[in-house]
Amino acid sequence: MDLAFTPEDIAFRDEVRAFVAANLDRDIADKVAAGKHLVRDDYMRWQQALGRKGWLVYTWPKKHGGPGWSVTQRYIFENVCAEMNAPGIIPFGTKMVGPVIYTFGSEEQKARFLPDIRESTLWWCQGYSEPGSGSDLASLRTRAVRDGDHYVVNGSKTWNTMGHWADWIFCLVRTDTDAKQQEGISFLLIDMKTPGITVKPIIMADGGHEVNEVFFDDVRVPVGNLVGKEGEGWTYAKFLLANERLGIAAIPQSKRGVETLKEIARAETDNGRPLIEDSSFRDKLADLDIQVTALEFTELRALSTMAVGGAPGPEVSFLKIRGSEIQQRITELAVEAVGYYAMPYQPSLLWQGANEEPIGPAYAHQSAPRYFNVRKTSIYGGSNEIQKNVISKMVLGL
Amino acid sequence: MDLKLSAGDEAFRDEVRAFAAANLPASVVAKTWSGRHFEREDHMAWQRALGRKGWLTYTWPKKYGGPGWNVTQRFLFENVLAEIGAPRILPFGVKMVGPVIYTFGTEEQKARFLPGIRESSVSWCQGYSEPGAGSDLASLRARAVREGDHYVVNGQKTWTSFAHWGDWIFCLVRTDPDKKPQEGISFLLIDMKTPGVTVRPIIMLDGAHHVNDVFLDNVRVPVENRIGQEGAGWTCAKFLLANERLGIAEVPASKRGVQGLRDIARAEGLSDDPSFRDKISDIDLQVAALEMSELRVLSDMAAGGAPGPEVSTLKVRGSEIQQRIAELACEAVGDYGAPYQPELLFRDSNESGIGADHAVPAAARYFNMRKTSIYGGTNEIQKNVMSKMVLGL
Amino acid sequence: MDLSYSDEQKQIKEGVERFVREEYAFETRRKIAATPRGWLPGNWAKFAELGWLGMAFSEEDGGFGGGAVETSIIMEAFGSGLVLEPYLPTVLLGGGALALGGSKAQKDALLAPMIEGKKQFAFAYVEKQSRYNLADVAVTARKDGAGYVLDGHKGVVYNAASADQIFVTARTAGGQRDGKGVTLFVVDADAAGLSRRDYPTQDSLRASELTFRNVKVGADAVIGTLDEGASLVERVVDRAIVGICAEAVGCMDAVNKATLEYIKTRKQFGVAIGKFQVLQHRMVDCFTNAQEARSMTLMASLKIDDPDVDTSRKAASGAKVQIGKSGKFVGQSAVQMHGGMGVTDELSVSHYFKRLTMIDTMFGSQQHHLTRYGNISMAA
Ligand SMILES: Cc1cc2nc3c(=O)[nH]c(=O)nc-3n(C[C@H](O)[C@H](O)[C@H](O)COP(=O)(O)OP(=O)(O)OC[C@H]3O[C@@H](n4cnc5c(N)ncnc54)[C@H](O)[C@@H]3O)c2cc1C
Ligand SMILES: Cc1cc2nc3c(=O)[nH]c(=O)nc-3n(C[C@H](O)[C@H](O)[C@H](O)COP(=O)(O)OP(=O)(O)OC[C@H]3O[C@@H](n4cnc5c(N)ncnc54)[C@H](O)[C@@H]3O)c2cc1C
Repeated sequence: MDLAFTPEDIAFRDEVRAFVAANLDRDIADKVAAGKHLVRDDYMRWQQALGRKGWLVYTWPKKHGGPGWSVTQRYIFENVCAEMNAPGIIPFGTKMVGPVIYTFGSEEQKARFLPDIRESTLWWCQGYSEPGSGSDLASLRTRAVRDGDHYVVNGSKTWNTMGHWADWIFCLVRTDTDAKQQEGISFLLIDMKTPGITVKPIIMADGGHEVNEVFFDDVRVPVGNLVGKEGEGWTYAKFLLANERLGIAAIPQSKRGVETLKEIARAETDNGRPLIEDSSFRDKLADLDIQVTALEFTELRALSTMAVGGAPGPEVSFLKIRGSEIQQRITELAVEAVGYYAMPYQPSLLWQGANEEPIGPAYAHQSAPRYFNVRKTSIYGGSNEIQKNVISKMVLGL
Repeated sequence: MDLKLSAGDEAFRDEVRAFAAANLPASVVAKTWSGRHFEREDHMAWQRALGRKGWLTYTWPKKYGGPGWNVTQRFLFENVLAEIGAPRILPFGVKMVGPVIYTFGTEEQKARFLPGIRESSVSWCQGYSEPGAGSDLASLRARAVREGDHYVVNGQKTWTSFAHWGDWIFCLVRTDPDKKPQEGISFLLIDMKTPGVTVRPIIMLDGAHHVNDVFLDNVRVPVENRIGQEGAGWTCAKFLLANERLGIAEVPASKRGVQGLRDIARAEGLSDDPSFRDKISDIDLQVAALEMSELRVLSDMAAGGAPGPEVSTLKVRGSEIQQRIAELACEAVGDYGAPYQPELLFRDSNESGIGADHAVPAAARYFNMRKTSIYGGTNEIQKNVMSKMVLGL
Repeated sequence: MDLSYSDEQKQIKEGVERFVREEYAFETRRKIAATPRGWLPGNWAKFAELGWLGMAFSEEDGGFGGGAVETSIIMEAFGSGLVLEPYLPTVLLGGGALALGGSKAQKDALLAPMIEGKKQFAFAYVEKQSRYNLADVAVTARKDGAGYVLDGHKGVVYNAASADQIFVTARTAGGQRDGKGVTLFVVDADAAGLSRRDYPTQDSLRASELTFRNVKVGADAVIGTLDEGASLVERVVDRAIVGICAEAVGCMDAVNKATLEYIKTRKQFGVAIGKFQVLQHRMVDCFTNAQEARSMTLMASLKIDDPDVDTSRKAASGAKVQIGKSGKFVGQSAVQMHGGMGVTDELSVSHYFKRLTMIDTMFGSQQHHLTRYGNISMAA
C-alpha cells in the first residue's frame, strides 16, 4: 500500500502535462475555466488531439487500441486534464458504446466502428430513455421489426444528451413483445442520417439546449448494426451502466470545482473582507473539500481492486450518488458566494460565447444556471434513488 | 390575528408562576437544571400539588374536572412550568388513559378512576408494545380469555415506561384471535398488584432504568375493567395516539433546552464562536417554527377543529429538535462529555462532577434522547401516516 | 392570542387567489415574461382597482389600514402563481420607505399616486461590493447648494426600467461602511446623468445596473433624516422580507402540490412512483418544510411592527432563515421527484425552484440572517 507516486509516475505526469499544454487549444481551456458551455467543435478538436496521441480511449484494453495504462496512470491522466481545464471526454463513444462493441460486437463491427471512436471522427449519443421509460428502463417500447435484411424502427427516445450533434445513436429497442420485458430488448446502432429520424430540442431549466427527443418513424436499420444477439440487449445495457457509473462521479472535475470556488471566495468580499476569511463560508468549503477527498479515496480503493483483477461491483453505485451530490453542492456554494450577482440572466454569454460584458464579476453570471443545471446529476445515469435501490438489493441483500 | 397577550393572560401567567414558585421544592428544580433524573416522589409530589389546585388535568373538559382553560392559557401554563424547571407531567394518566376513560368509559369507571388521576394519587403506565409488536402494534398477542366475570390475561408487554412506579397499567390485549388484527383487540385496566404481574427492568444505553418488561401470567382482571366494548380497543388506542402526538413535541422543554445550551456555550467560552453560535441560532429557530406550528394547530382546535393527522409532523420535528439540542450540548462540553458518572445522574448525591456540572449529563442525555424518534410511533411510521392520511399517497 | 384570519382578510385572500387562478396560468405567465416590460399594465391597473396597492398603508396615507398580515396574504397568493408584476419594489420597498420615512409632501406626491396605480418604484440599495450590508454604501451624495449631487453605481435594481422614481441609498457622511452617514434619496428615473443597463433575472423578472454621474436632486429628495438612512432602509427591508417570505410560502405550497400530483400520476415499474417509500417520506418532508416556513412567516408578520427593534429584526431574520432552508429543500426535492422533467424549462417546477433560489439570496442569504439572528439573541 502506497500513496506516493513512483519516479515513473512522475515522469508520466510530466508527459501528460506537456501534451496538454501543447495540444489543448487556449480558447477551449479558457471556456472550461470560465465555466462556459462548449460547442461540438470544441470537444471534437480536443478529443481528436487525444485520439491522434492514442490517449482518447485510455480505458480500453491494449488490443483494441488502448494505451495499456495502469490504474495510477489513468488517475494521473484524468486529474492532469481536469487541472489544466481540458473538457471532459464525452462518454458516449469512448466509455459506453465502444466497450460494448469490443466486448459483444462482431469482428466486422469492431473494424467498422472502433477506429472512429478512437479518433473521435464520429459523435455518438445514447438512446435508452423513453417518455414512459425512465427509471424503469426495461419497460421501453420503441419497436424494431425485422423486415428482410433490415429492422424497421418506430418509437421515440428522450433525454438524448447532445443528440443534435450526433452522427450515430446506440439504442435499446424492443424486438420481441412476447418475451419477458428484459428479454425482448436488442441493442442497435443507428446512423442519425437515416430517413425517418427527427430530433427535437428540450430546453432545460437554465435555458440551455443539451438534450433532445428523438423520433423514429419507419427507420430502416441494417441487420448488421445489431450488436450481439437479438434479445440480449439488456445484458449489454447493464454492462454499460456499470461502466457509466464509475466515471460519472466526476471527481477530478469536482476537485477543480472546489479550487474555482475558493478563487471566487477570495474575490468576493463581505464587509470589506474576502469571503474566504468568513468562518462560516470557510467551514462550508472545508466540509466540501473533505467530502471530495473521501470520495476520491473511495474511488481509488475501487480502482485498486480493479487493478488486481476485480470487477467494479454494484457498490460503485455510491460513488455516483456521492459524486453527484458533491457536484451539486459545489454549484450551490457558488451561488451563495456570489450573492446578488447570481441574479442577472445572461444567456448570450452562456450559450453563444458572446462578447457581451458580464453584469457582475466574470465568474458570477453562470453560477445560478449551473446550480439549476447540475440538479440533473442526481437524476441521469440512474437516479440516486435507483442507485440506492441497487445497493440495497445487490450489496446489502435487502 | 394577534400574538399579543391580554392583561388577563398576563395576570394568569403571574398566577402560575407564583404557584409554581410556592410549590416546587428547590431541590427538584435543581435536578432539572443539572440534567439529573427525578425520583418517583419528585413527580408525584408536584403532581399532587397541581391536582389540589385543579390544574393537573388542565387539558380535560370542565365537566370532568378540568379548569376550562382556553388555548392561550394552556400554552402559558406549559411554558411557565418549563421555564421554571418543573418536572414534566407524566402523561400516562393525565393525557392518555384519563381521556380514554372519560370518552369511552362507563359512569362507574369514570367515578372510580378519574379522581385518582386528577389528584395523582394513582400512577399509571402504558402497556401497548410487545416484543413482536412495535411499529406494527395491531399484531399484538397478549391474550385475554373470558372466564366468567374475569379475563385471564397471558402475555408480555415491553418498553413499559415507569411500570416500576406504576399502580395501574392500561393494556391492549387480544380478546378474539379469529377477527382481523385490529378488530380482536380490547382495552383493559389492570391493577399492577394483581397476582401474576411481574415487572423486569430494561436498562437503557445511558444506564437509566425507565422502561421495563411486564409479564402477565394468568392475571385475572375483572370484566368491569374493560373500557368500551370488547373488540373496540383499537379505536381507544387510536384516539389516544392522536392525543399523545400533540404533547410529545415538547416545545416548552425544548425552549428551556435552548436556553440551557446558551448558558453552556457561555460557560464553555463558545458564545463568540461563530459556528457554534450559528448552530444555536439554527436550533432556536427550529424551536420557534415548531412552536408556531403548534400554535396554529391549537388555534384551529380553539376554532372547533380536531387535530388532524398532520400533527404527526409536530412529533417528528419535536423529537428531532430534542435530539439536536442534546447533540449540541455534547458538542459543547467536549472531552468532559466522556466521564460516566451514574451516581450523579440517577441518585440524589452531593458529590461533585468530574467536569463542569453541565457536562455531567451531556453524553448520557444525547444517548437517551435517541428514544424520542422511536417511541410514540417512530418517525418513519409518522411519515407513513402523513403520507397516507395527509398526502393521499 | 389569535391566529385566524378575519372575514376581511379571508376576502382579500380569496380575491388574490382568484386573480392568480384566472390570470396567471403557467403558460400565460410565460407570455407575460416575454413581453418587453416583463409584466402587464392591465394587471397593475387591476391591483389598484382592487385596492391591493394600498392595502398595507394607513388610511391617513391614503391606504386601507392593513398591515403585514394583509401584505403576506397578497404575496403568498402571488408566489403561488409566480406573479411577475413589480409589487415588491413598488409597494413594499418604495411604498414602504415613503410610509416609514416620507414627509407629508412626499407622500402626497408619490405614495398617493402609487396607490392609485399611477407610479412605479425601484429601490437601489445593492452595490457590487456591498453583499448584504445595507450600510456598505459607496455611492456618494455631495452637498450642492440646497440640494445634492449623486455619483456611483448601484446593482441588481429590480424594476428600474419600469419605475418612475428610484429610491437610492447614498453616502452623505462617514466611511464606506459606517452605519451613520447613509441617506435615502428619491430620484426621478429620467434624471439627467442616470444611466441604466437592463437585463432579465434568472427567475424571469427585470433588473438593472444603475450608474449615477452628477445626478442633481433637490433637498426635498431626502427621505427621512439626513445621515440616518441606514436604519430606515433596514426597517423597510425587514418588512419587505416578510413579504417575500410569504411569496416563498406560496411558491412552496404550489410546487408541493404539483409534485404530489406528479408522483401520484407518473408510473414506473407498473405503479405510481408515489408508492415508493423514499418518495413518500421526501414528500412528507417537503410538506413539513412548507408548514414550518408558513409558521415562521406568520410569526414574522405578527411581530414585524413590534416597537422593540430587536424583536422585529429577529422576526425578519428568523423567517428568512427558515425560508432559505425550506425553499432549498422543497425546490430541490420537487426537481428530483420529477426526474428528467424537473430540469426542463417546460414544467413550472423548475421555475418555482429558480424563484425560491433567488428569494434565498434577496435581502440576505440564510447564512447572513442566521448570523444576524445570533448576534441579536446571544447579546440578549
Ligand atoms: C440532463 C439529462 C441527460 C440525459 N441524457 C440521457 C441520454 O443521453 N440518453 C438516455 O437514454 N437517457 C438520458 N437521460 C435520461 C435519464 O437516464 C432519466 O432521466 C433517468 O433514468 C430517470 O428517468 P425519468 O426522468 O423518467 O424519471 P422517473 O423514472 O419518472 O423518476 C421520477 C422520480 O421517481 C424516482 N423513482 C422512480 N422509480 C423509483 C423506485 N423504484 N424507487 C424509488 N424512487 C423511484 C426517481 O428516482 C425520480 O426521483 C438524461 C436525463 C437528463 C436529466
Ligand atoms: C424509551 C422508550 C419508552 C417507551 N415507552 C413505552 C410505553 O410506555 N408503553 C408502550 O407500550 N410502549 C413504549 N415504547 C415502545 C415504542 O412505542 C416502540 O419502541 C415503537 O413503537 C417502535 O417499536 P419497536 O421498538 O419494536 O421497533 P420496530 O417496530 O421493530 O422498528 C424498527 C425500525 O424499523 C422501522 N419501521 C418499522 N416499520 C416500518 C414501516 N412500515 N416503514 C418504515 N419503517 C418502519 C422503525 O421506524 C424503526 O426505525 C417505548 C419505547 C422506548 C424506546
